[in-house]
Amino acid sequence: MSSSSPAPLKKTPLNAKHRTSGARMVEFGGWDMPVEYSGITDEHLAVRTRGGLFDVSHMGQIELAGSGALAAVQWMTSNDASRLAIGQIQYSALMADAGGFIDDVLVYRQANDHFLLVVNAGNIMKDHEWIVAQARRHGDVSVVNSSSRYALIALQGPVAQEVLQQLTAIDLGAIKYYWFANGEVASVRAIVSRTGYTGEDGFEIFVPPAQAEKVWDAILQAGKTADVRPCGLGARDTLRLEAAMRLYGNDMDENTTVLEAGLGWIVGWKKDDFLGSARLREQKERGVARKLIAFEMRDRAIARHGYPVLQGDTPIGTVTSGTQTPFLKKAVGLAMVPAGLTALGTMFDIDVRGRRAKAEVVPEPFYKRAKPATS
Amino acid sequence: MYPSDLKYTKDHEWIRVQGGDAAVGITDFAQRQLGDIVFVELPAVGRKVKQGEVFGTVESVKAVSELFSPMSGEVVAVNPDLATHPESINAKPHEAWMIRLRPSVPAEADGLLTADAYSNLVK
Repeated sequence: MSSSSPAPLKKTPLNAKHRTSGARMVEFGGWDMPVEYSGITDEHLAVRTRGGLFDVSHMGQIELAGSGALAAVQWMTSNDASRLAIGQIQYSALMADAGGFIDDVLVYRQANDHFLLVVNAGNIMKDHEWIVAQARRHGDVSVVNSSSRYALIALQGPVAQEVLQQLTAIDLGAIKYYWFANGEVASVRAIVSRTGYTGEDGFEIFVPPAQAEKVWDAILQAGKTADVRPCGLGARDTLRLEAAMRLYGNDMDENTTVLEAGLGWIVGWKKDDFLGSARLREQKERGVARKLIAFEMRDRAIARHGYPVLQGDTPIGTVTSGTQTPFLKKAVGLAMVPAGLTALGTMFDIDVRGRRAKAEVVPEPFYKRAKPATS
Repeated sequence: MYPSDLKYTKDHEWIRVQGGDAAVGITDFAQRQLGDIVFVELPAVGRKVKQGEVFGTVESVKAVSELFSPMSGEVVAVNPDLATHPESINAKPHEAWMIRLRPSVPAEADGLLTADAYSNLVK
């Protein structure tokens, strides 16, 4: 093995803002990102009860356009993109041959022949290469990695709509969950989508990088009365886990099929064959040998990523995500376990640093907001 | 910031020797590095620990950290409040003691860091 100096960390357009605002910075997927501002618990509770603002500009954007765009998206993603109206979004898997995830993505339909995929920060280059290779067989499709054209800011929490509405002429109340609109926010050209990774109502706002600080400041200013807090990736992780949303690289990867990840609902079973579909259909028919489940600790202990699930003394599974969640104040997590242990109420042991602690399979999500985002 | 009546370790524990026993906790620097503390695992009363030995763990939302005993001795008490209020370590790190030890090698205290030396270490 040769040693090489690590590549310099990438910075989002809001990096200087975080540094001058007292955020604590960490390396995440090659990026220099804020892990916390006022503290994970404080930020987590702000999002659950009021509002929180996140810089998620490290996320990537890859666009497919041309007459073959729909066919290409249908081929390489699991969900049925033909069901998307213009302005609508779906969660999907960017598929590997064997039914696993190259990535998990959001698919935005911008026009009949134009799709925008929002992808994970650490996967941008890999996804782009994969999408280019897979798109070749679908005729007229151009694939563009447009990640550097967008800063992405997420405003999440029950006050999100009333705060953001002060800054835009877009009728936010008319944007349904998993839909988006084009317009301006704080006089800056923006795509505004009613999406998020927190289990709370909220919006993700795509803006040109040069105007990111302006929009960030404007939202915090507009959110001052409601006490909207800037938040880091730490709270983003505890919020998404409370909502049982998967984290790529932790909960699933190329070797985890969509069904094993417990995401059968993002498979378009009625559409034509697609990448990895043979494996998924076979697993649907015969059942999966292992599956991601949600658990809650029954002994006083916190299970974390990588801790073994035990049967007797034999490791038979793995905790993929786990923490003590700040809002529910419970030690919960996700674990990949054999099919025999997936039923609700099943008790199993987790090896917590050499100590055995009991956990129980529970329904997901752990947290569900009281009322839907839109009526 | 760091009280002068405490002694400190490079692993960011403090110890306050008073008469025949000594209270042990973690420093302000340690609690800030950890963030919001949600769980503390402490030894049983009566356990004997050696200097530098792990006597428990402290967990924040995002991390687990081991606790190393600043001195050798027998655990004579554990702080019962920490089971229900681990966040008091964040609020008052130099008051929220974790265990009380009866030191078996009192001279070990001389090798620990003073408040000044510790302040310099974490500066």
